[in-house]
Amino acid sequence: MAIAGSCHNTTTTKKEKRPSDGEHITIALAGNANVGKSVIFNHLTGSHQTIGNWPGKTVERAEGTLHFDGYDASIVDLPGIYSFSTFSLEELVTREYIAREKPNAIINVIGASVLERNLYFTLQLLDMDIPLVICLNQIDIAKSKGITIDAKKLETILGVPVIPTVASRGKGIHELIQRALDVAQDGHETSGNAVKFGDVVETRIEKLTRAIESEQLNLGYASRWVAIKLLEDDSEIKKLVRLKSESIIRTSEIMAKEVEDVYKESCFSVIASERYSKASRIATDIQRQEMVKATFSDKLDWFTTHKVFGYITAFVVIAGLLLWTFTVGNYLSGWLSHLFSFFESTNPNLTGSIGAILWNGAFGGIVAGVTLVIPFVVPFYFVLAAIEDSGVLTRVAFMFDNFMHRMGLHGKAIIPMILGYGCNVPAIYSCRVMGTRREKLLAAFAITFIPCTARTIIILGLVAAFVSIKWALALYAIDLVIIFALGRIALRVVPGKSTGLIMEMHQFRVPSLSVVAKQTWARTRLLIFMVFPIYVIGSAVVQGMYALGWLGPINHALSPVTVNWLGLPLFTGILLVFGLIRKELIVLTLVPLLGTQNFSLFLTQPQLIALAFVAMLYIPCVATISALVKEFGWKPATAISMANLVSAILLGGIAARLLTLAF
Amino acid sequence: MSKSTEEYLEALYTLTKDGEIASTTAISKRLKVTPASVTEMVGKLSGEGYVNYQPYQGVTLTPKGFKMAEKMARKHRLLERFLHDMLGIGKGMVHDEACAMEHALSDETARALCQTLKYPDKCPDDGNPIPPCDLKFSSCEECRKWRGGSLEKVDRRKASIVSISTLKEREEGKIAFIRGDNKVLRRLLDMGLTPGTKIRISRIAPLKGPVEIAVRGSKLALGEGIACNVFVETAVNQPREK
Repeated sequence: MAIAGSCHNTTTTKKEKRPSDGEHITIALAGNANVGKSVIFNHLTGSHQTIGNWPGKTVERAEGTLHFDGYDASIVDLPGIYSFSTFSLEELVTREYIAREKPNAIINVIGASVLERNLYFTLQLLDMDIPLVICLNQIDIAKSKGITIDAKKLETILGVPVIPTVASRGKGIHELIQRALDVAQDGHETSGNAVKFGDVVETRIEKLTRAIESEQLNLGYASRWVAIKLLEDDSEIKKLVRLKSESIIRTSEIMAKEVEDVYKESCFSVIASERYSKASRIATDIQRQEMVKATFSDKLDWFTTHKVFGYITAFVVIAGLLLWTFTVGNYLSGWLSHLFSFFESTNPNLTGSIGAILWNGAFGGIVAGVTLVIPFVVPFYFVLAAIEDSGVLTRVAFMFDNFMHRMGLHGKAIIPMILGYGCNVPAIYSCRVMGTRREKLLAAFAITFIPCTARTIIILGLVAAFVSIKWALALYAIDLVIIFALGRIALRVVPGKSTGLIMEMHQFRVPSLSVVAKQTWARTRLLIFMVFPIYVIGSAVVQGMYALGWLGPINHALSPVTVNWLGLPLFTGILLVFGLIRKELIVLTLVPLLGTQNFSLFLTQPQLIALAFVAMLYIPCVATISALVKEFGWKPATAISMANLVSAILLGGIAARLLTLAF
Repeated sequence: MSKSTEEYLEALYTLTKDGEIASTTAISKRLKVTPASVTEMVGKLSGEGYVNYQPYQGVTLTPKGFKMAEKMARKHRLLERFLHDMLGIGKGMVHDEACAMEHALSDETARALCQTLKYPDKCPDDGNPIPPCDLKFSSCEECRKWRGGSLEKVDRRKASIVSISTLKEREEGKIAFIRGDNKVLRRLLDMGLTPGTKIRISRIAPLKGPVEIAVRGSKLALGEGIACNVFVETAVNQPREK
């Protein structure tokens, strides 16, 4: 069986080894958002799937390999979804995967504390007639809410294996693997377990199923599932069926009309209602709810969504995250560059043979990458992962939803934007949590103005060091205002309707160290593969240009902008060219250029602030641009980059003039 | 019903929307008529059972008056949207135009207008919510599909319904109607907001932010733009009175 290709995600497609006694096994994980699929995936594969306590980060599926008891099985982590009916990217990925790739088994991960909604999805999977194993996860969270669940009873009702687990602590995983492998090998022992609807709907589903089977449509989907989708008026499935049989479409439309006449409700609504009432009955049947006093999680929930404390929490969380990053980063990077300078000078080399200069550039790129990523980005990701895993970010999204709406976004966009303070590249990829392309584009646009760690280094190195910490903080505050204003403008450029926020609010939980560590590593790894090569090559190219003597003319060519408009010294022209490759080069290059670490000898205070300000808004670095191209194509990527460049120059010039007045 | 009765009810609908009591002075200001004629008209409306009126205390709508007033407000705000969205008339002018047109608008035309405008939820000039219609559909999708001829044949809601964005924390209701396009409707149904489902408001974000509702054993955040289109029957089923 062909396993579909690689993803942009933090995924690995390892070489498959076939078990000696037959077909290669593929097992997929499916279920609602935030029920622990990715945690289980990591347990099974030891892989590096991104995990967070906010819904929707696995938009593309991730793959890894399970080595167990002599077997090698491919494990596929599908995005978290609630149904197959809204045509979001996540749902299409899952639905097509199940139809096309036909995994040997599907592990349906369900959250024990929100059984009803999770079972709604389980019932849909049962209609798809696929070999199913149910992983009843997060029973510890359920217990904290006073819920105990009879897993055996659920197994009897649904007729498929049910394994209770606490994935975050690895409980039950061993048995889960065993049962999943059993099901995968036995094939279709679980067929025919679909839960029946009420008579009015069920008779029509069955009639339509028979009609579909007799016409042999071969759509890849189970006939019963197709029948239900046709009655639900699912436009995608209708399109597929229409290509093969017009009469089936007609029959289904007549039947849907009949159902609607009986219930005076749309057929989709009838089916959803019946499914939910079934899910609800099963849930009450198997779970016992004891009254519990308001848990700590409830109190935290109250606090973090309070009209005053909520905003304070959000502020403290984000400010604390950044402060932590700078403090730790500063300390570590000083220590690391000291270590590197022991081997070789890392200052850009301006003279010597071409080879030596190129090598110096490449080496400088590696050093810069290491001294940037390890001390700044890793601590940032580590704490961010802990915050994500706790569930605080969902509350921040809740509190800031209406602010985001003014930029045509909804609350969920705040998550990629916070991620942007670490590095813009993964932040742009995570814009996939936004529903529509327009919203993804708007969110990505906003992210390019968020000062990542590289830009933070500039602000620290120029402003905090030589002007004052107050001015550095002011730049951050001004940046937020600019993002908001430009977001409003972008909204006019990209017209369309914004979608509203519909987001499940999950329980708070204590972050698990292993989950946080894995998450940090997953993001760092992505950064190493995406950003490092560009750093190294880019640095070498810049050094080459230097050696060829192209930089003097560039300085002069740019002087109308740098000298006349921005009021900066002539030598800053090349800094802006370097900044295109790596933002922090704007600071690092100053050292060899000026021959001193004390920039205040050559730049006045307004100039230092203006330079940092321009750098903060300036055209995205090459790595970010390539991420934009990958996600949106050349045209939007160019447009966003140009918008950055223009606003940096325009606002920079205005700022320079205002600053000379202020000092 | 006379045109001026309709005007009064509509004014009272706006003035008493948060359970407040409207003073005769406020009514006279809003309708640009003398206080004396307000007192006279309010007395007449009270006699017809549309309003409760205690001299020197103010005016509130009776359930009968509220239903009538809601319908007028709906027609008025739909017309404003039509004038603004389809005809491109400026926000400053739509109110007076709509006032003149609303009395002639039949229920059938109002329904057609609502469909053509794609089930609008807010009026253009002051962002006031457009009340839902009283046809007994659970979604606009059903209304769109309904081809039964005259509106006489459609059942009407007896209980009045309120948007969950007007509820307070800890208030409860049963899902009765979801307004808007099919896509949002389907997502909400998939999240468990099927007709008749019990919900409770657990949190309201400040500054017209999202509401968090408890539904089917879990919590769901709905942005204001979504919440204002989800209508429930509350236990009391009447406009809240103080």
